[in-house]
Amino acid sequence: MTTTTARGAVPARKATGTGTGTGNAAPRRRRRPRSDLKVALFFIAPALLGFVAFYLVPSIRGVYLSFTEYSVLGDPTWIGTKNYTAIFADDLFWNAMAVTVQYVALNIGFQTVIALGLALLMHNVAKSTFIRGALLLPFLVANVIVALLWFWMLDYQLGIVNEIINWMGLPRIAFFGSEQWAIPTIAGVNVWRHMGYTALLIFAGLQSIPNHVYEVASLDGASPTRTFWSITMPLLRPVLVLVLVVTVIGSFQVFDTVAVTTGGGPINASRVIQMYIYQKAFGESDFGYASALSVILFVILALVAFVQMKFLKGNESDLD
Amino acid sequence: MKKTLGAVAAAAAIAISLSACGGSAPASTEAKGEINYWLWDANQLPAYQQCANDFTKANPDIKVKITQRGWDDYWTTLTNGFVAGTAPDVFTNHLSKYPEYAAKKQLLSLDEAVAKDGIKLESYTKGLPELWVGSDGKRYGLPKDWDTVGLFYNKAMTDSAGLTAEQMANLDWNPQDGGSYEKAIAHLTVDKNGVRGDEAGFDKNNVAVYGLGLAGSGSGQGQTEWSFLSATTGWSATDKNPWGTKFNYDDPKFQETIAWWAGLTEKGYMPKLETTVGASLADNFGAGKAAINTTGDWLIGQYKSYKGVKTAFAPTPKGPEGKRASMFNGLADSVWAGTKNPAASVKWVEYLASTACQDVVASKAVVFPALTSSSEKAAEAFKAKGTDVSAFTTHVKEGTTFLFPIADKAAKVDGIMKPAMDAVLSGKKPASSLTEANDQVNALFK
Repeated sequence: MTTTTARGAVPARKATGTGTGTGNAAPRRRRRPRSDLKVALFFIAPALLGFVAFYLVPSIRGVYLSFTEYSVLGDPTWIGTKNYTAIFADDLFWNAMAVTVQYVALNIGFQTVIALGLALLMHNVAKSTFIRGALLLPFLVANVIVALLWFWMLDYQLGIVNEIINWMGLPRIAFFGSEQWAIPTIAGVNVWRHMGYTALLIFAGLQSIPNHVYEVASLDGASPTRTFWSITMPLLRPVLVLVLVVTVIGSFQVFDTVAVTTGGGPINASRVIQMYIYQKAFGESDFGYASALSVILFVILALVAFVQMKFLKGNESDLD
Repeated sequence: MKKTLGAVAAAAAIAISLSACGGSAPASTEAKGEINYWLWDANQLPAYQQCANDFTKANPDIKVKITQRGWDDYWTTLTNGFVAGTAPDVFTNHLSKYPEYAAKKQLLSLDEAVAKDGIKLESYTKGLPELWVGSDGKRYGLPKDWDTVGLFYNKAMTDSAGLTAEQMANLDWNPQDGGSYEKAIAHLTVDKNGVRGDEAGFDKNNVAVYGLGLAGSGSGQGQTEWSFLSATTGWSATDKNPWGTKFNYDDPKFQETIAWWAGLTEKGYMPKLETTVGASLADNFGAGKAAINTTGDWLIGQYKSYKGVKTAFAPTPKGPEGKRASMFNGLADSVWAGTKNPAASVKWVEYLASTACQDVVASKAVVFPALTSSSEKAAEAFKAKGTDVSAFTTHVKEGTTFLFPIADKAAKVDGIMKPAMDAVLSGKKPASSLTEANDQVNALFK
């Protein structure tokens, strides 16, 4: 990888983030004969078995089921692309997509900005391990517990948040009950849970930016804002892209928070795509249709990841 | 690359050839061993545990293991169990679920057993045994209990509003002005300043006590929410029941009823739908936030358990034609078709449906058993506990019950009707929008 030379200038800094691959280790090692393949396969086998059994086979079966009518009880019947044509005419599907995109925009927007801020604070101000660790606490609590906790705190009648709002003389807010608030509330809950973890990832990226670049910048008299936009952001880009790809994919798959709070309501306001898939499959026993929805989600996510990597140049670094 | 493609193809072949294979072990014909029994109502668990103990005493070769799961988990776990071959041998079944299971051949027909063991179907409360005969004419359950709907009201609140028990038991309703039912609800509603809902200066945006509580929009059945009103207008959900294939949500009689009901929120007599998310109807009643709740008799125990709240019961109001109505829902116990122990399972189901077990259930005063004689014992047991349940039994005595709408594709109907009803109740759409939902529902049966 291209970072080897840059790292050479700061030998003290540990390799983190981008440069941990085989690139820097390989040249130092003596070349081995090609019979390595067998050994390699031996080591890869456990992971490969798991991958095939738990990812590849179910995925392919899912794709197959998406062309069938299948109610779990009984055998799937092949119906060609009927599920897909039905989906494109399905208002609820388009509604689910719109709701999901709205959720992703709110969730990723706030989460990334807040996480970046936290990461900068961790990097420059909060050096204590305790504070850095504390930021990660919400992430250590199970998703469902977090959702339930906020569900109670934001309850219309009894929740502490509404008690405070009421005490301040403002009207109570049905956070999970009103159409306008449901998605922003769910997005907010997940921002709260994930921001510490995302900040940690970005923080690791910040640590991989060599110090000397900053030294040069301060010698040149660059303002902190200028330093941030001209040095931190460009050099952080590969990590940021990785973080974005991972969080956007995760965000598209939001389910548990919705399932334990609104269940997709009010009306259709929070029926995100995963919730819709779940309802079709486990509520209405329409596994064929649900599989087709999953395949569409899969394609969308693959496209999103591809576009992000391609246009944000996530696999290149500016450290040259 | 070729290799990977090969691997993918092989994996694909495995994936596609995988098919759900149920339990293929030979089924035992002898009535012995352990059988699993599931139910969802925790309040009834002690009664059925005692039934199981008595049953094992009488049949030492058979052990019954009872598992209780909450309503929401119950059905998904059950469906998964059917597929994985781990479903319980016997389970409590619901009218909204069994048609699909029967159609998918997951339930054991009980006709043979009924004939062989001479079960007297006429000793059950009228109408209940027939509910469990599928569209194919086979019997898939033996009746367990029944329920009707009534008004649960806070006695202290009606007292201070000057409404007597007599008046509460004789309310009338019509979809135009709501009759004395709406008057009572309005009078029981009190705002933050103590002004009642039917008095001048009532602040509908700051209500302290709602006249009528709200659980939800009731989806397509409205069992405890609105069905007891809409039925008095002569409306029914489907063209025939059971096994209707045409729904009537486009009927003006139904839409008027819903419009009236949704209007209560607008008037400030009933909470907004958005406030019910995550809230419990019963707990809000217990907290003194609503004066009347409409709900089913299976919750009598819970409503009686709130400290400092005296709950009384009244029958549902009389409709435009002077008659009351209540949905009549009956549960039954069914045997899973994949059971390894059909003989013992059938024996247990028969015991559950027998006087011996239903009298035990009756004595606990939690629900009304399906056997007429046991049902009467349950009414006495309630009375002994100081609860007058005539509000619920009157429907059975006077024949004012109507059946829970039993139809195929219930889950899909629900998937359409719940958002549609939510939209009307939250004031986002007029009641006439239900016509469109009705078209969607009817399209499912074409």
